[in-house]
Amino acid sequence: MPGNAAWSISWNVVRDIQEMWSLPSMVNAYRAGTIIAVTAGVVGWFMVLRRQTFAGHTISLAGFPGAAGAVLLGIASGYGYFGFCVAAALVIAYGARPGNREPANESALTGVVQAFVLACGMLFVSLYGGFLNQVDNLLFGSILGITDGDVILLAAVAVAVLGAMAAIGRPLLFASVDPDVARARGVPVRLLGALFLVLLGAATAEVSQITGSLLVFALLVMPAATAQIITARPGLSLLLTVLIGLVVTWAGFAFAFFTIYPIGFYITTFAFGAYVLAYLVRGAGPVLAARVSRLRSANDAARAASAV
Amino acid sequence: MSVDPVAAGSGFGASAESDTVVALRGASAVVGGRTLWSGVNLTVHSGEFVAVLGPNGVGKSTLIKVLLGTLSSANGTVSVLGRRPGGAGERIGYLPQRRNFDASLRIRGIDIVRLGLDGDRWGVPLPGAARFSARQRAAQARVHEVIDLVGASAYAHRPIGALSGGEQQRLLIAQALVRRPGLLLLDEPLDSLDLPNQASVAALIHRICREANVAVVMVAHDVNPILPYLDRVVYIASGGAACGTPPEVITTETLTRLYSTPVEVLRTSDGRLVVVGGPEAPALHTDRHAHAGHQGSARQGADRHAG
Repeated sequence: MPGNAAWSISWNVVRDIQEMWSLPSMVNAYRAGTIIAVTAGVVGWFMVLRRQTFAGHTISLAGFPGAAGAVLLGIASGYGYFGFCVAAALVIAYGARPGNREPANESALTGVVQAFVLACGMLFVSLYGGFLNQVDNLLFGSILGITDGDVILLAAVAVAVLGAMAAIGRPLLFASVDPDVARARGVPVRLLGALFLVLLGAATAEVSQITGSLLVFALLVMPAATAQIITARPGLSLLLTVLIGLVVTWAGFAFAFFTIYPIGFYITTFAFGAYVLAYLVRGAGPVLAARVSRLRSANDAARAASAV
Repeated sequence: MSVDPVAAGSGFGASAESDTVVALRGASAVVGGRTLWSGVNLTVHSGEFVAVLGPNGVGKSTLIKVLLGTLSSANGTVSVLGRRPGGAGERIGYLPQRRNFDASLRIRGIDIVRLGLDGDRWGVPLPGAARFSARQRAAQARVHEVIDLVGASAYAHRPIGALSGGEQQRLLIAQALVRRPGLLLLDEPLDSLDLPNQASVAALIHRICREANVAVVMVAHDVNPILPYLDRVVYIASGGAACGTPPEVITTETLTRLYSTPVEVLRTSDGRLVVVGGPEAPALHTDRHAHAGHQGSARQGADRHAG
């Protein structure tokens, strides 16, 4: 079993991968992780661009009562994740539409929703009577027991979400960065915003099933934030987001398989490492350039002084 | 039947009409039951630079909204590019008021301009499409052309949030121009720019207006930076509105009547008109004493107090 010391890591990477993939559940985990990393990357890139990470956080927390409620009712937790995440997205989209009297306050409404869904999650867990030892998994994720059926459901949702994103991608980008002009050009800015929140809900529900409710940002925010630090070209940035998401997911699975620590920790840590690296490199770039030019001008001055 | 002379006449009329970009006849704006302005008559021909002037809150931006078709005129007739307002959105370039991009927004200036060209089309652009599609190449060429036109080539590839206000404004003008509009609607494009940038962006708008033969309707708070370029002004104040050439409208009598309070129009030694007084700027009392030497800068200082 994953996380069991019986599976020991060697320095032969090929043998390690063969060993890991000899388990059908690990193959399914990689399938699911790949689907999720791509979906989360694309949707998360827009979320970061639109400054909607708080809404994303709240939607992800709604997955916790959703999954706990599903377990309570004896159905697959996946349905609970999807149901509650999309419902929370709809509530935020409806409540945050600009009213006639005052401008909408999306962050306050989002906070209200967040507190309530967490309370619901606690209620469902206590109703279950303390035997819900999956609470850790609901919050922090697990790669155990992903079935073929789970993978098919994830793939179906991913195809729907990515198809919708492909259809609305360009006007959504326009509406995200420049809403006033987009509106004047006839882009349905408000409708696109609501539709995007629903897609975010579906993507969040997917990610939750691997990273748990608390760590969805590992795949939803971190790759996108890292890519947007690296480049300001939209196409390249989106591609980098997906690649970073895939790499941290695949590496996270492998490390979780050969050690006793949870998957959420590894994915989050690798994504965090990528972000810090990108941040430092970008921060260091101008500093280094300034230092080099300062050195150069100091040298020139010294040379000029010695020439005199 | 013989040839109908009326039809021939109307044919001639239509060709003369096609030069008319904006026509307002007795237009008025009512927002929330309050009449902001009424009885506005205005004709703008292609290649003309028209300013909409007046103090804050009189409905200058509302006039832009009426032309865009997002608000309908309560009375009279409005025609934009020969159609109802809102019917010619394709051929209008619009630059909304006070738009500064978040400093952390990681999208290049050139992407913002490109979105102005085809950002409203569904789907996503395919990577490398320019290699195969002539239309994609034409689109890229147009984006570069318009960025050259506004003189933004040096910084168009930097993230827009990292650019100065003047640089952002030039790129936004490029965005508004990229579809070769017949009419540019600019809402206070000089707002929040420093004085040298106000002068250079005003000169840029004038050059575009003449070279691309675009009609420009520009809302402005301060007439002085654009006054040398204007073909026509619309002055809106609480007392009504006046339209005409700058020497016709910007007179002590007209402005005093519009504001219902004494306003003076002075002529500087280099022939510029300077408006002094008006109800919107309490700081003007001190400026009245200071204006003798340098009216223009005193006036602009007063505007910043008022804004």
